[in-house]
Amino acid sequence: MDDRAIVTENLTKKFKDLVAVDHVNFDVKKGEIFGLLGPNGAGKTTVIRMLCTLTYPTEGTASVAGYDIVKEDGKVREHIGLVSEKMIMYDRLTAYENLKFFGKLCNVPKGTLEKRIDELLRLVHMEKWAKSQIGTFSTGMKQRINVIRALLNVPEILFMDEPTLGLDPQSTSEIREFIKKLNVEDKATIVLTTHQMIEADMLCDRVGIIDRGKIVALDTPLNLKKIVAGAEKTSVDMNVPNLTNEMVGTLKGLPGIVSVVREKETHLLIRARGEDAFDKIIDSIRQSGGKIASIKSQEPSLEDVFLHITGKEMRAEVRSKVKTYEVGKHGPMQPKSRVR
Amino acid sequence: MGVGDTLRHSFWIAWKDLLDLWRNRMAVVMLVLMPLFMMVMVGFIFPTQGSLDYAPIGVANDDEGTVGDAFVQQLTLFGDQTGMMDIEDRAGFEDIKAGILEGELFGGIIIPSNFSSNLESGTQGIIEIVSDQSNPQISLMLQGVLTSVIEEMGTLNATFVVSDRFEVPLDEAQAIVKPYTVQTRGIVPGETSYFDFIAPGIMAMTVMMSVMTGLPHAISHEKEFGTLDGMMVSPINRLAIILGKTIAQTSRGLIQGLLILVLAIAIFGVTIQGSILLLLFLLVLGVFSFVGLGIVITSFAKDEQTATMVMMTLMFPMMFLSGVFFPIQQMPEFMQYIAWALPLTYATSALRKVMVLGADIQSISTEIIVLIIFGAVLLAIAVPMFKSAMKR
Repeated sequence: MDDRAIVTENLTKKFKDLVAVDHVNFDVKKGEIFGLLGPNGAGKTTVIRMLCTLTYPTEGTASVAGYDIVKEDGKVREHIGLVSEKMIMYDRLTAYENLKFFGKLCNVPKGTLEKRIDELLRLVHMEKWAKSQIGTFSTGMKQRINVIRALLNVPEILFMDEPTLGLDPQSTSEIREFIKKLNVEDKATIVLTTHQMIEADMLCDRVGIIDRGKIVALDTPLNLKKIVAGAEKTSVDMNVPNLTNEMVGTLKGLPGIVSVVREKETHLLIRARGEDAFDKIIDSIRQSGGKIASIKSQEPSLEDVFLHITGKEMRAEVRSKVKTYEVGKHGPMQPKSRVR
Repeated sequence: MGVGDTLRHSFWIAWKDLLDLWRNRMAVVMLVLMPLFMMVMVGFIFPTQGSLDYAPIGVANDDEGTVGDAFVQQLTLFGDQTGMMDIEDRAGFEDIKAGILEGELFGGIIIPSNFSSNLESGTQGIIEIVSDQSNPQISLMLQGVLTSVIEEMGTLNATFVVSDRFEVPLDEAQAIVKPYTVQTRGIVPGETSYFDFIAPGIMAMTVMMSVMTGLPHAISHEKEFGTLDGMMVSPINRLAIILGKTIAQTSRGLIQGLLILVLAIAIFGVTIQGSILLLLFLLVLGVFSFVGLGIVITSFAKDEQTATMVMMTLMFPMMFLSGVFFPIQQMPEFMQYIAWALPLTYATSALRKVMVLGADIQSISTEIIVLIIFGAVLLAIAVPMFKSAMKR
């Protein structure tokens, strides 16, 4: 048996002159979480819509769950679930009625459907709200219903288009945990799109970076980050309350230091090359009598990967993955690993 | 995917749509108010004979003799008795004109100075009617009423004269003066009013329009909100979406249509001569003939706004050209051709025959056949169009 849930062959979609998706080729393995990462307008949603048979390719094709998305679109629909960017539900119907409606369309047998709805509602802790109209829900609550709606027919492949867009941090992390759980416990293959690097990094087994309709890179998040790590440098963000010009000068003189920027009175942004760069910077500051209040070390993130590959920033507000170390009197100390 | 599945899916889509409508209290209130407004508005604003209620008419009596006075007296009496006119004394044409311009008068009558002398010398007495050209409807009606009143008065005078001169009884004199008289006999008993005329038309219009406008509206709305995708990724026949929405819109339209019927009967005294079942059948048939048009609009309208605009553009001419408010026979010839190309015309005509004239299914077989052909042809165009539109 083929272990590939999705195979695309030169999948292409043109809207008049605009090529939204340009000869895209990728496979999704059964049971993996596959991420499509890219800025708005890169073509992520169009790829998802083609794979869900909501729109048809102008060129090329794809098979989803073993069925051709053009010739066997009906069959494809029996095996997939879609969590789209716009929530698929009716505000004036209750949560239960919404789920019942979509369950009926998916031909879930009567007895099974009721059980399934109860089960899914419990899974997202919404059983108390079953009889309330969707219109009265918060965005986070709506999205939980929206996600379980796509699970009514126990899909082999679940497509999620920006599943955490516009959610507050708490709902975001709940939805992410839920996605992870679905993948691990129910062995569901999940294809998700996101423009948030952190989300792709946290959730996905493999990530395809898509830019202007083309897949520009495809690998595990770790491997993708390694592309950059070789060339990249350590980036340190440091807060020193008694910072002096002298200290900045000394830092600039150190070998391996690429740049030192004094952002505010007490704030430094340092880029350095080499494995011991981190130690050297800290030693230098402390030797000049500086007191380090906090240090943030920035690892290469998928955003850096995107930047590295496409040569442009994705979104201003998307920050790279951050690690924070609290620094005590006696020097830097990682909170969880103690030196014996 | 069998036919059974498609029907089951469309049932659930209709269930969802109707539940959604029912929960929208404002929409439900409007659903009831709309037909009421429609009936009251259309029923009352259109001019009927009865709408001449103490119409102020200026009379300028320039007659130098006495016959003019007698005539004015008779006219005043007639106006009072019938409650149609309120006769006012005016100085002459200029005075009447000023009265019309200021809106005090609806029209006028001028009795010339030689009225009595003409009559006495054996010539006809001419009476002038002054009409307000800015209001052709009222002026036409007034002309009709005044002409017949004046003629009637003339006949009466002549009858007296003949009876007097030839010493015959009044009946005989009347038969000599006016040998022919007219009696109207309808093909069904009872008087009909304008409401009887418009109620079937408004019913047909409401039900058919609800499908034509409701379908594109409902689908483009769901398209815009993204909920259509939810149905489209489900393993259902695309036609189940159309069918389900049609069932929901038809139910909504039929409820409104029946409300109109109830209002027409309860408030406006409309009677149904024919069979109610035939009436319902015609309404459903009307819907069938219109579904295709709704689907066509749905297929090429990208969003709700476009759909609404296209619908409005089509709806208004149809409303006024299909003989809902005015009889088609009153229209100019080329407009009549357009009218006979609209399915609403046939539905209105058939409904009217059933409701007012008590026609049976055989008498309206032409209309039924035309409606079926309309529906079948439009659907044959619309369904492939919809399917390809959904593949975009």
